[in-house]
Amino acid sequence: MILAMARAATTTDAFNAVAEPRRRQILDLLTHGERPVNDLVAEMRLPQPLVSKHLRVLREVGLVDVRDMGRQRVYCLNGQPLKPIHDWIRAYEASWSSRFNRLDEVLEELKDQELGDQKRGDKED
Amino acid sequence: MAATATSGTAVVTLPSDTQIQTTRELNAPKHLVYKAWTTPELIKRWWAGDHGVATVAEVDLRVGGTWRYAMTANQGFEVAFHGEFSEIVPNERIVSTDIFEGMPDGGAAVTTVTFTEEKGRTTLTILTQYPSREIRDMVIASGMEGGLQEALDDLEEVAISLN
Repeated sequence: MILAMARAATTTDAFNAVAEPRRRQILDLLTHGERPVNDLVAEMRLPQPLVSKHLRVLREVGLVDVRDMGRQRVYCLNGQPLKPIHDWIRAYEASWSSRFNRLDEVLEELKDQELGDQKRGDKED
Repeated sequence: MAATATSGTAVVTLPSDTQIQTTRELNAPKHLVYKAWTTPELIKRWWAGDHGVATVAEVDLRVGGTWRYAMTANQGFEVAFHGEFSEIVPNERIVSTDIFEGMPDGGAAVTTVTFTEEKGRTTLTILTQYPSREIRDMVIASGMEGGLQEALDDLEEVAISLN
Protein backbone atom coordinates (compact mmCIF):
# COMPACT_ATOMS: atom_id res chain seq x y z
CA MET A 1 0.00 0.00 0.00
CA ILE A 2 2.70 2.42 1.03
CA LEU A 3 4.88 1.14 -1.78
CA ALA A 4 2.09 1.63 -4.28
CA MET A 5 1.60 5.21 -3.11
CA ALA A 6 5.28 5.98 -3.31
CA ARG A 7 5.55 4.54 -6.80
CA ALA A 8 2.45 6.34 -7.97
CA ALA A 9 4.15 9.70 -7.89
CA THR A 10 6.29 9.97 -11.01
CA THR A 11 8.57 12.40 -9.24
CA THR A 12 9.89 9.59 -7.05
CA ASP A 13 11.04 7.60 -10.05
CA ALA A 14 14.07 9.73 -10.85
CA PHE A 15 14.63 9.87 -7.13
CA ASN A 16 14.71 6.08 -6.86
CA ALA A 17 16.99 5.93 -9.86
CA VAL A 18 19.59 8.18 -8.25
CA ALA A 19 19.33 6.41 -4.90
CA GLU A 20 21.59 3.64 -6.27
CA PRO A 21 25.29 4.55 -5.78
CA ARG A 22 26.41 3.00 -9.09
CA ARG A 23 23.83 5.00 -10.99
CA ARG A 24 24.97 8.16 -9.26
CA GLN A 25 28.50 7.27 -10.35
CA ILE A 26 27.31 7.01 -13.96
CA LEU A 27 25.62 10.40 -13.71
CA ASP A 28 28.82 11.86 -12.24
CA LEU A 29 30.86 10.46 -15.13
CA LEU A 30 28.40 11.91 -17.64
CA THR A 31 28.56 15.41 -16.15
CA HIS A 32 31.83 15.85 -18.05
CA GLY A 33 30.15 15.11 -21.36
CA GLU A 34 28.73 12.21 -23.34
CA ARG A 35 30.47 8.84 -23.13
CA PRO A 36 30.28 5.59 -25.09
CA VAL A 37 29.09 2.65 -23.05
CA ASN A 38 32.48 0.84 -23.29
CA ASP A 39 34.10 3.87 -21.74
CA LEU A 40 31.75 3.73 -18.79
CA VAL A 41 32.35 0.01 -18.37
CA ALA A 42 36.12 0.53 -18.34
CA GLU A 43 35.93 3.40 -15.91
CA MET A 44 33.55 1.70 -13.50
CA ARG A 45 35.28 -1.68 -13.63
CA LEU A 46 31.98 -3.47 -13.60
CA PRO A 47 30.65 -6.18 -15.89
CA GLN A 48 29.14 -4.70 -19.02
CA PRO A 49 25.66 -6.23 -18.45
CA LEU A 50 25.47 -4.59 -15.04
CA VAL A 51 26.41 -1.18 -16.41
CA SER A 52 23.85 -1.66 -19.18
CA LYS A 53 21.20 -2.52 -16.60
CA HIS A 54 21.88 0.69 -14.67
CA LEU A 55 21.87 2.69 -17.91
CA ARG A 56 18.49 1.19 -18.81
CA VAL A 57 17.01 2.33 -15.46
CA LEU A 58 18.43 5.82 -15.98
CA ARG A 59 17.02 5.91 -19.50
CA GLU A 60 13.58 4.82 -18.35
CA VAL A 61 13.29 7.81 -16.02
CA GLY A 62 14.83 10.12 -18.62
CA LEU A 63 18.01 10.91 -16.71
CA VAL A 64 20.20 9.84 -19.64
CA ASP A 65 19.69 9.97 -23.37
CA VAL A 66 21.34 7.62 -25.84
CA ARG A 67 22.34 7.91 -29.48
CA ASP A 68 24.08 5.61 -31.90
CA MET A 69 27.45 6.75 -33.16
CA GLY A 70 28.68 4.23 -35.69
CA ARG A 71 28.72 0.92 -33.83
CA GLN A 72 28.81 2.57 -30.44
CA ARG A 73 26.01 3.65 -28.18
CA VAL A 74 26.81 7.00 -26.62
CA TYR A 75 25.12 8.21 -23.44
CA CYS A 76 24.61 11.75 -22.21
CA LEU A 77 23.13 13.29 -19.08
CA ASN A 78 19.72 14.92 -18.91
CA GLY A 79 19.28 16.71 -15.59
CA GLN A 80 15.66 17.78 -16.10
CA PRO A 81 14.03 14.84 -14.20
CA LEU A 82 16.08 15.82 -11.12
CA LYS A 83 14.44 19.22 -10.97
CA PRO A 84 11.46 18.05 -8.85
CA ILE A 85 13.89 16.62 -6.30
CA HIS A 86 15.88 19.82 -6.32
CA ASP A 87 12.64 21.79 -5.90
CA TRP A 88 11.50 19.56 -3.07
CA ILE A 89 14.78 20.00 -1.21
CA ARG A 90 14.49 23.77 -1.62
CA ALA A 91 10.91 23.64 -0.32
CA TYR A 92 11.95 21.48 2.62
CA GLU A 93 14.77 23.88 3.38
CA ALA A 94 12.34 26.80 3.23
CA SER A 95 9.91 25.03 5.56
CA TRP A 96 12.69 24.60 8.08
CA SER A 97 13.98 28.12 7.49
CA SER A 98 10.67 29.57 8.68
CA ARG A 99 11.03 27.55 11.90
CA PHE A 100 14.66 28.51 12.34
CA ASN A 101 13.86 32.18 11.86
CA ARG A 102 11.48 31.95 14.81
CA LEU A 103 14.01 29.96 16.76
CA ASP A 104 16.44 32.86 16.14
CA GLU A 105 13.97 35.23 17.83
CA VAL A 106 13.53 32.91 20.82
CA LEU A 107 17.31 32.59 21.16
CA GLU A 108 17.84 36.36 21.10
CA GLU A 109 15.39 36.61 24.02
CA LEU A 110 17.11 33.83 25.92
CA LYS A 111 20.49 35.54 25.45
CA ASP A 112 19.06 38.84 26.73
CA GLN A 113 17.51 37.08 29.70
CA GLU A 114 20.78 35.35 30.55
CA LEU A 115 22.64 38.64 30.28
CA GLY A 116 20.04 40.28 32.55
CA ASP A 117 20.36 37.46 35.08
CA GLN A 118 24.14 37.83 35.07
CA LYS A 119 23.92 41.59 35.68
CA ARG A 120 21.50 41.07 38.54
CA GLY A 121 23.84 38.39 39.93
CA ASP A 122 26.79 40.81 39.74
CA LYS A 123 24.88 43.46 41.70
CA GLU A 124 24.02 40.96 44.41
CA ASP A 125 27.68 39.97 44.81
CA MET B 1 26.86 36.22 3.07
CA ALA B 2 26.73 39.46 5.03
CA ALA B 3 29.02 39.39 8.02
CA THR B 4 26.30 40.89 10.18
CA ALA B 5 23.75 38.18 9.41
CA THR B 6 22.68 36.48 12.62
CA SER B 7 21.14 33.50 10.92
CA GLY B 8 22.41 31.05 8.36
CA THR B 9 20.53 29.14 5.74
CA ALA B 10 19.08 25.75 6.41
CA VAL B 11 20.96 23.17 4.36
CA VAL B 12 19.23 19.92 3.45
CA THR B 13 21.16 16.91 2.22
CA LEU B 14 20.33 13.25 1.56
CA PRO B 15 23.30 11.43 3.13
CA SER B 16 22.02 7.96 2.21
CA ASP B 17 19.05 6.23 0.61
CA THR B 18 17.04 6.32 3.84
CA GLN B 19 18.03 9.64 5.42
CA ILE B 20 17.33 13.36 5.31
CA GLN B 21 19.69 15.74 7.10
CA THR B 22 19.10 19.40 7.88
CA THR B 23 21.74 21.71 9.33
CA ARG B 24 21.51 25.31 10.42
CA GLU B 25 23.86 27.64 12.28
CA LEU B 26 22.34 29.65 15.13
CA ASN B 27 23.78 32.73 16.78
CA ALA B 28 23.62 31.44 20.37
CA PRO B 29 25.56 29.06 22.63
CA LYS B 30 24.39 25.47 22.60
CA HIS B 31 22.89 25.42 26.10
CA LEU B 32 20.39 28.08 24.96
CA VAL B 33 19.65 26.28 21.69
CA TYR B 34 19.05 23.11 23.70
CA LYS B 35 16.74 25.03 26.02
CA ALA B 36 14.73 26.47 23.10
CA TRP B 37 14.60 23.01 21.52
CA THR B 38 13.32 21.18 24.62
CA THR B 39 11.17 23.65 26.61
CA PRO B 40 7.45 23.28 25.72
CA GLU B 41 6.47 26.97 25.89
CA LEU B 42 9.49 27.89 23.74
CA ILE B 43 8.90 25.04 21.25
CA LYS B 44 5.38 26.38 20.70
CA ARG B 45 6.85 29.67 19.56
CA TRP B 46 9.03 28.30 16.75
CA TRP B 47 7.95 24.79 15.79
CA ALA B 48 5.05 25.67 13.48
CA GLY B 49 7.13 28.19 11.54
CA ASP B 50 4.92 30.03 9.08
CA HIS B 51 2.78 26.97 8.47
CA GLY B 52 0.28 27.38 11.28
CA VAL B 53 -0.12 27.83 15.03
CA ALA B 54 1.41 25.34 17.45
CA THR B 55 -1.27 24.05 19.80
CA VAL B 56 0.51 21.27 21.68
CA ALA B 57 4.11 20.83 22.83
CA GLU B 58 4.51 18.11 25.43
CA VAL B 59 7.98 16.93 26.33
CA ASP B 60 8.90 14.31 28.92
CA LEU B 61 12.63 14.74 28.52
CA ARG B 62 14.09 11.45 29.74
CA VAL B 63 15.04 8.16 28.11
CA GLY B 64 11.77 6.30 27.57
CA GLY B 65 9.81 9.55 27.93
CA THR B 66 7.57 10.73 25.10
CA TRP B 67 6.99 13.96 23.21
CA ARG B 68 4.08 15.22 21.15
CA TYR B 69 3.75 18.39 19.05
CA ALA B 70 0.66 19.52 17.19
CA MET B 71 -0.27 22.54 15.13
CA THR B 72 -3.34 23.91 13.42
CA ALA B 73 -2.09 24.44 9.89
CA ASN B 74 -3.02 27.61 7.99
CA GLN B 75 -5.39 25.48 5.88
CA GLY B 76 -7.33 24.56 9.05
CA PHE B 77 -6.37 20.94 9.63
CA GLU B 78 -4.35 19.58 12.53
CA VAL B 79 -0.87 18.17 12.03
CA ALA B 80 0.67 16.18 14.86
CA PHE B 81 3.87 14.26 15.52
CA HIS B 82 4.97 12.22 18.50
CA GLY B 83 7.82 9.99 19.57
CA GLU B 84 9.85 8.48 22.38
CA PHE B 85 13.30 9.52 23.56
CA SER B 86 15.99 6.82 23.38
CA GLU B 87 19.07 8.93 24.16
CA ILE B 88 19.52 12.27 25.87
CA VAL B 89 22.86 13.99 26.42
CA PRO B 90 21.96 17.47 27.71
CA ASN B 91 23.24 20.29 25.46
CA GLU B 92 24.80 17.73 23.09
CA ARG B 93 22.48 15.19 21.56
CA ILE B 94 18.87 13.95 21.52
CA VAL B 95 17.70 10.77 19.82
CA SER B 96 14.01 9.96 19.52
CA THR B 97 11.50 8.25 17.31
CA ASP B 98 9.47 10.56 15.11
CA ILE B 99 5.98 9.50 14.01
CA PHE B 100 3.70 11.59 11.81
CA GLU B 101 0.19 10.88 13.09
CA GLY B 102 -1.29 11.45 9.65
CA MET B 103 0.73 8.54 8.30
CA PRO B 104 0.59 5.87 11.03
CA ASP B 105 1.50 3.12 8.54
CA GLY B 106 4.65 5.03 7.73
CA GLY B 107 6.49 3.47 10.65
CA ALA B 108 8.75 5.33 13.01
CA ALA B 109 11.56 7.47 11.73
CA VAL B 110 14.45 8.03 14.14
CA THR B 111 15.70 11.58 14.52
CA THR B 112 19.07 12.49 15.97
CA VAL B 113 19.60 16.14 16.87
CA THR B 114 23.14 17.31 17.64
CA PHE B 115 24.24 20.65 19.03
CA THR B 116 27.81 21.69 18.19
CA GLU B 117 29.15 24.99 19.51
CA GLU B 118 31.99 27.05 18.11
CA LYS B 119 32.80 30.59 19.23
CA GLY B 120 29.42 31.09 20.82
CA ARG B 121 27.49 29.89 17.75
CA THR B 122 25.76 26.55 17.48
CA THR B 123 25.39 24.28 14.50
CA LEU B 124 22.21 22.29 14.80
CA THR B 125 22.10 19.02 12.86
CA ILE B 126 18.86 17.11 12.45
CA LEU B 127 19.35 13.68 10.93
CA THR B 128 16.20 11.70 10.22
CA GLN B 129 16.56 8.00 9.52
CA TYR B 130 13.52 6.49 7.78
CA PRO B 131 12.68 2.78 8.05
CA SER B 132 12.97 2.32 4.29
CA ARG B 133 13.72 4.21 1.13
CA GLU B 134 10.06 3.90 0.11
CA ILE B 135 8.96 5.78 3.21
CA ARG B 136 11.54 8.49 2.78
CA ASP B 137 10.46 8.85 -0.84
CA MET B 138 6.86 9.05 0.29
CA VAL B 139 7.73 11.84 2.73
CA ILE B 140 9.39 13.63 -0.16
CA ALA B 141 6.44 12.99 -2.49
CA SER B 142 3.90 14.27 0.07
CA GLY B 143 6.10 17.29 0.68
CA MET B 144 5.90 18.05 -3.01
CA GLU B 145 2.15 17.76 -3.24
CA GLY B 146 1.34 19.90 -0.23
CA GLY B 147 2.82 23.20 0.61
CA LEU B 148 5.42 23.39 -2.12
CA GLN B 149 4.27 26.76 -3.34
CA GLU B 150 3.75 28.02 0.17
CA ALA B 151 7.24 26.94 1.06
CA LEU B 152 8.70 28.57 -2.03
CA ASP B 153 6.92 31.78 -1.11
CA ASP B 154 8.49 31.52 2.34
CA LEU B 155 11.85 31.05 0.71
CA GLU B 156 11.37 34.24 -1.22
CA GLU B 157 10.47 36.10 1.96
CA VAL B 158 13.49 34.69 3.69
CA ALA B 159 15.69 35.66 0.77
CA ILE B 160 14.29 39.19 0.80
CA SER B 161 14.70 39.50 4.56
CA LEU B 162 18.34 38.44 4.25
CA ASN B 163 19.10 41.24 1.79
